Amino acid sequence: MGSNMAEAHPVGFQWVLEAKSRGAEVIHVDPRFTRTSALADLHVPLRAGTDIAFLGGVINHILANDLDFREYVVAYTNASFLVDERFADTDDLDGLFSGFDPRTRTYDTASWHYESHAPEQQDGGRGKEQSAAYQHGSGGPVLETGAGEIAHDPTLEHPRCVFQILKRHFARYTPEAVAEICGVPVERFRRVCDAWTSNSGRERTAALVYSVGWTQHTTGPQNIRAGAIIQLLLGNIGRPGGGVYALRGHANIQGSTDIPTLFNLLPGYLPMPDTSHETLESYLESIRGTCQKGFWYNADTYFVSLMKEYWGEKATPDNDFCFDHLPRINGDHGTYRTAMDMVDGTVSGYFLIGQNPAVGSAHGRLQRRGMANLDWLVVRDLVMIESATFWKDGPEVETGEITPETCRTEVFFFPSASHVEKSGTFTQTQRMLQWRDKAVEPRGDQRSDLWFFYHLGRLLKERLAGSADERDRPVLDLAWDYEMEGDEPSAADVLRRINGIDLTTGEPVNAYTELKADGSTACGCWIYSGVFADGVNQAARRKPHHEQDAYEPEWGWTWPANRRVLYNRASADPAGRPWSERKKLVWWDAGTGEWTGHDVPDFEKTKPPDYRPPEGAVGPEALHGDDPFIMQADGKAWLFASSGLADGPLPTHYEPHESPVRNPLYGQQSNPVRKVYDRPDNPANAPDGVFPYVFTAARLTEHHTAGGMSRQLPYLAELQPELFVEVSPELAAERGLEHLGWAHVVTSRAAVDARVFVTDRLAPLRLAGRVVHQVWMPYHWGNTGLVTGDVVNDLIGVFADPNVFIQESKVLTCDVRAGRRPRGAALTEYLADYRDRSGHDRR
Amino acid sequence: MTGADDPATAAGHVDHPERVGFFTDTSVCIGCKACEVACKEWNDVPDDGFNLLGMSFDNTGMLGANSWRHVAFVEQPRRLGGQDPGVAGLPTGSSGTAEVAQTVSSGLREQPRAGGELGTSPVDLGFPSFELPGAEGRDEFRWLMASDVCKHCTHAGCLDVCPTGALFRTEFGSVVVQSDICNGCGYCVSACPYGVIDRREDDGRAWKCTLCYDRLGDGLEPACAKACPTDSIQFGPLDELRERARERVAQLHSAGVDEARLYGADPDDGVGGDGAFFLLLDEPEVYGLPPDPVVPTRDAGSMWRHAAVAAGAFLVAAASAFVGRGRG
Repeated sequence: MGSNMAEAHPVGFQWVLEAKSRGAEVIHVDPRFTRTSALADLHVPLRAGTDIAFLGGVINHILANDLDFREYVVAYTNASFLVDERFADTDDLDGLFSGFDPRTRTYDTASWHYESHAPEQQDGGRGKEQSAAYQHGSGGPVLETGAGEIAHDPTLEHPRCVFQILKRHFARYTPEAVAEICGVPVERFRRVCDAWTSNSGRERTAALVYSVGWTQHTTGPQNIRAGAIIQLLLGNIGRPGGGVYALRGHANIQGSTDIPTLFNLLPGYLPMPDTSHETLESYLESIRGTCQKGFWYNADTYFVSLMKEYWGEKATPDNDFCFDHLPRINGDHGTYRTAMDMVDGTVSGYFLIGQNPAVGSAHGRLQRRGMANLDWLVVRDLVMIESATFWKDGPEVETGEITPETCRTEVFFFPSASHVEKSGTFTQTQRMLQWRDKAVEPRGDQRSDLWFFYHLGRLLKERLAGSADERDRPVLDLAWDYEMEGDEPSAADVLRRINGIDLTTGEPVNAYTELKADGSTACGCWIYSGVFADGVNQAARRKPHHEQDAYEPEWGWTWPANRRVLYNRASADPAGRPWSERKKLVWWDAGTGEWTGHDVPDFEKTKPPDYRPPEGAVGPEALHGDDPFIMQADGKAWLFASSGLADGPLPTHYEPHESPVRNPLYGQQSNPVRKVYDRPDNPANAPDGVFPYVFTAARLTEHHTAGGMSRQLPYLAELQPELFVEVSPELAAERGLEHLGWAHVVTSRAAVDARVFVTDRLAPLRLAGRVVHQVWMPYHWGNTGLVTGDVVNDLIGVFADPNVFIQESKVLTCDVRAGRRPRGAALTEYLADYRDRSGHDRR
Repeated sequence: MTGADDPATAAGHVDHPERVGFFTDTSVCIGCKACEVACKEWNDVPDDGFNLLGMSFDNTGMLGANSWRHVAFVEQPRRLGGQDPGVAGLPTGSSGTAEVAQTVSSGLREQPRAGGELGTSPVDLGFPSFELPGAEGRDEFRWLMASDVCKHCTHAGCLDVCPTGALFRTEFGSVVVQSDICNGCGYCVSACPYGVIDRREDDGRAWKCTLCYDRLGDGLEPACAKACPTDSIQFGPLDELRERARERVAQLHSAGVDEARLYGADPDDGVGGDGAFFLLLDEPEVYGLPPDPVVPTRDAGSMWRHAAVAAGAFLVAAASAFVGRGRG
């Protein structure tokens, strides 16, 4: 669902076909019939942006028919835990959860907690622009007293237990409601439910694949939560052939989240400190708590080791290991907020490393106008991309909004080395690091990003040398002492330092469990500890699959601890026996007194299944022998998220920010806490018929995202040479569009020219009593390269989910008209007219 | 191996390696076109122009001098085995008022789909066929993809007619053009029953797939097969591939895909069997392939024999006339 795997991940899709040839049933749920659908057993078209309604229907089907894997659910999830009696659900509050503050449009999450748990400090009540993004790392939020006994009912019958809440919450997601909201006929929906449930349980498992598109909604994280709830109810997590697969958008996007390029995270999903963290102690307590289970309790060892890696000998216990050298965040500093701040003149410089927001980010016009209002802009890319040339040839030059002669931004373009011109690792979607050697020398001035940042840091240190200004200390104190190969830092040494070093011996550590909080270890990213175990670059291993067993442990290295399946303790029953012979993965060997199996067990090796912690135990010690979810504060998988999410403990169907229909389930139309960025330069399409069609956009396999790596290459550019818009024959007839003729797609932000593709791969859907058309466009074109076209992302506004601030770029509304769009100033007038008719102020 | 199926021996190679070729299983093709790109990268084939063809996702159009692999995309209002395309029961009407609905229903009949009119005629060289669906109902749909390539025929017309010896049969049984010998006469172009080999406009010489002859010599598989992520393009000894292909057809038949059939795998067909053969899910014409290809030079020998027999008959008749006269 929400994935076009054959086109966006063709290499991975070979394994789907492998499974299919062995009898697996492949179901593709997606608005369009794509190259993925062409190879699936069943394609289910649905209205873009209605995934939670669909998945909620599946949850309801499971719970209403007692089809859950009950033993798994009771033992390994929080289904039996009782929730605070103040909790009120969307059923009671017409689409809102308890704790909503209409003034700030945020939730106070205190009432979402388990019974008898004192609510922690909440963000609720702080203004949304100031409220911090999701900051709880991969382990979820702190759950004080998670280590102790939580009130629960193993019979799952208590009206306030999570299981019963779930049942009530999703009861209205009937097959008929799914048909009305998603446009999926009841019979087809039932077939999906039957396939999913009949292929789950002791003997069988089912996998759920989604891609980045699922995140690009105002309900993005809740889409994924809904999928995870189903997989947990059916016992498909931590077991072979199960799982929720998040297919990432590039070769190394997983790596760029692990060693993050996100403003709110430090390496290894440690949260970035915010302005409330005065001391190291208060920061650490916000992660590890004082009385909770699991391995986040050891966050002090991960964090102090990170500080030692950054600042070396300058980081000492006396100065809180340079904790105050880290910047503090105080709210949304995401990419869209930053673009708006550039427009508003409060951000003056910008680095773009392998990113082309003039084409690749939502609301391209906002991006370009922001970049045109900087003092300086550094662009590092393989080719001269639109984000480096917008000031002289972007669409705003044509409309007169940017004048090249007066555009104030000084642009520095640095040609970068490609992945074959430098060594390093890619971390792919399976969390596997694969080392690659440099194949050819970079030409001319092309240099690696590693080279660029190393020498930038070196030059800054030299420039600031002797400064007594306190604000220069973080740069001056940086250790910055990597091994060099000529003037290029050694990528292998950087990986070794990411792995972590025992400072007493100078040797690499072998696992994150060896890290210390006393400053005697340094580690750049704790979850990568082990990639240099035994002093060997484990990511460079290339043992062929036919020379090792099915889990291929000696090909590359997978974090954490070279483990291929996370939480694989759940592949065995509470007593440590495989749920079935057919689906065995790891199990307890009573003879040797340890966990063993085909994969590296995700559990303390010698902790027996019947282990019960001593009174007062916390952290890993507090994990029971049957608590498989060892990173969670209570050792259980969360069907119900008692905290950690800004928009509710359970997924709920809300209409997209721009939708042609009313929410049939609740009075609350859209996610009440979504971020709208209500500004004159970010207008929304009103639901009044001026923009009658549902719009969605995605990739083609022939191009790469914003096109910088494909539109410049003849062999790729010729395969998809021109921007087009896919419409159904019905919509073509309705709007007088001809196959291969010109049309333009309009929103309140932009109008974009495209050639028309009339195809049955896109079909209208029937919602209650009406027909809804969807249009689709690929988004790879801009104004430079061998093949050019309008920027599709210009159509999209910035409306984001409240947890991770991802824009809703997978669904909006639009109009489609035959012929080409107006140009120059006439275009500006044309859009203003659309906004007028759509009930906007002309501004 | 029979002589007919062993063109390398027939061409005079002794102690040659096994005949190798391609088995292209279109039932697992995902239309990624990696084969087209890998082929061009390895063989330094120039781009083929930046033209949006409107034939579904196919912007290559056909095999030619500058496209040695071509992925066809065929959108059809038919069902693929047990696949449920999810379109049955979806509305075909308009989104708005009765007025709009009327406009739609009258316009709908003439509305071409993305297969485009280019593909409607099977005689078009290399263009996949495309059936215009009935606009009234929406119940079946499938999207076929298939990567086409030079067939490396057992009896290769291009090779037979080449006057310069630029085309030759390799020790692997494949057919390769030597670009430094080709004089651009173009006889091979009309001699190919599949319309594969083609001349480049700029230098006039003929070009086509070499089965990556240079890679084979180094023990590597051809670039397209190497790049294919789903093993739709399989490379190997032809005998093994044919066996594997027969098993695959049986597997698909038992899975309800009754239309699965092999194309070019029969040594008794008009070209003596192809070195590159295919598993198709519809008639060959649908993919732009000729249904019954015959090497144009097949009858050359028998034509000469017939001519000789006829000439002999005349001689006999003439002689008997004299003999008869003698008797009379």
